[in-house]
Amino acid sequence: MEKIVAELTEKAREIRRHIVRMVAEAGSGHPGGSLSAADIVTALYFNQMRLDPVRPDWPDRDRFVLSKGHAAPVLYAALAERGYFPVAELSTLRKLGSRLQGHPDMRKLPGVEMSTGSLGQGLSAANGMALAARLDGRDYRVYALLGDGECQEGQVWEAAMAAAHYALENLTAIVDFNGLQIDGPVSEVMSTEPLPDKWRAFGWHVLEIDGHDFGQILPALEKARSAGGRPTAIVARTVKGKGVSFMEHGVDWHGVAPKGDQVAQALAELA
Amino acid sequence: MQKIATREAYGKALVELGTGNPDIVVLDADLAKSTRTIEFKKRFPHRFFDLGVAEANMVGTAAGLAAAGKIPFCSTFAVFAAGRAFDQIRQSVAYPRLNVKIAASHAGITVGEDGASHQSVEDVALMRVLPNMTVFVPADAVETAGAVRAAVDIDGPVYIRLGRAGVPVLHGDDFKFVPGQAVTLRQGLDATIIASGFMVGQALQAADLLAAEGIEAGVLNIHTIKPLDVQAVVDAAQRTGFIVTAEEHSIIGGLGSAVAETLAEHYPVPMLRVGLQDVFGESGRPDELLQKYGLTPDDIVNAVQKLL
Repeated sequence: MEKIVAELTEKAREIRRHIVRMVAEAGSGHPGGSLSAADIVTALYFNQMRLDPVRPDWPDRDRFVLSKGHAAPVLYAALAERGYFPVAELSTLRKLGSRLQGHPDMRKLPGVEMSTGSLGQGLSAANGMALAARLDGRDYRVYALLGDGECQEGQVWEAAMAAAHYALENLTAIVDFNGLQIDGPVSEVMSTEPLPDKWRAFGWHVLEIDGHDFGQILPALEKARSAGGRPTAIVARTVKGKGVSFMEHGVDWHGVAPKGDQVAQALAELA
Repeated sequence: MQKIATREAYGKALVELGTGNPDIVVLDADLAKSTRTIEFKKRFPHRFFDLGVAEANMVGTAAGLAAAGKIPFCSTFAVFAAGRAFDQIRQSVAYPRLNVKIAASHAGITVGEDGASHQSVEDVALMRVLPNMTVFVPADAVETAGAVRAAVDIDGPVYIRLGRAGVPVLHGDDFKFVPGQAVTLRQGLDATIIASGFMVGQALQAADLLAAEGIEAGVLNIHTIKPLDVQAVVDAAQRTGFIVTAEEHSIIGGLGSAVAETLAEHYPVPMLRVGLQDVFGESGRPDELLQKYGLTPDDIVNAVQKLL
């Protein structure tokens, strides 16, 4: 376990470096919510999910839906590190003609399971994939990553209701609960608390963890595999901008790219 | 003449196609009895999913099913499908070009007594503007069966507009539904009426009335609003020198707009659009509403006579 955690920690650091570099190179993008999700995404792509980057359309692969599509940099970094496309291509983020669109486009980039960006829609798509697995008698798992601010969208709760109704035990929703949204703290803009209770009330198996501690992330994802006929919601407390001191807890780093000295400092901290 | 609602034909077609194709799945939002997806539900309960009164999630779920290789048909009333779930259709279906079919019933004012909240007069406009979307407005039961079959064959998003009221069966069993190909139902060199859906029957009656006055009006049935049969529209304009369109929809954004755009670019001729004149409907019997909102055969006749 210790060795696995050490390897994942190093991989997450590499992914964070990619995030800083690619957003800086693009001159725009969303570093804060990408950095907060880096450990969760790393755990999924480098420990938990059944994948074959050479066969991105392998029918039995596990699926990951980035419902909080603005965190595209963390997904792209993980896909590149996992071998879906060359790492060098990360520098094309948001540029004309790039496969790395500002928000994920499933038709352009291999490994992207769903086009997202309009918040609140990813969980519904994940439900559909989980239903398809059941219809086809396949045992793949479906993961959806949502933001806590995103949980303000009504469609999230339509999907939550349906996932429990259809007993989608092959589905895991993870909420990257970093507590901040564009206009300020979620608690001040429009509180989503008590968020774990809301998922429980909708009939989900709920786990609450520290979303930066692999010692908690991995066991939670394992527990989700045997939730007894219920979908699992993992409410992961995270820090927006995690890993870059001047971005941590900073609401202004939701959608702003670092520049010059900031990039150097961020990369030094992540070295 | 035998009358069958297009929604009835839809329910039947789903069962027929579902029998031969296990990938077809059907979703509804608590209106299965009205949209007639209940027929599929009875026959293939494990491939039918009721999502409750939650249209946005229904469309998103269909997107996920399509991403995993299924061919989902989503049904609810047109006003809730194209209107309430517009963003889901745009973001999760049309943009990723997923193989989702939206079959929306109770379109137009012939919904009747339920009133304007349930009478979609803008759905064709909303669906037509979306890249990657094919838009079918079948005029009778035979065209509906053809449209559903074509939708299965098309690898991508399709919108099928269906009605509540019974409509005359216009075609024999030998009719071939070809997407994007207009159907000439009546020849005539004096005028052309281009119609879709419910208004095709009205247009044929109008042509009878005109014939009684010695005016030979052609009737061109456009069951595919997008992609539009540009050649057939231009040919009609060249042949008769003016065009009257007839649709159970706002004159903004639907068939009339599509024809006007085409003629403006290729062969401008005078035209009039019969349809909802930028207003919502209201409660009433379908025949009363058609009268009040100007969608009767007489209204089409008047439009033709204005341009003669």
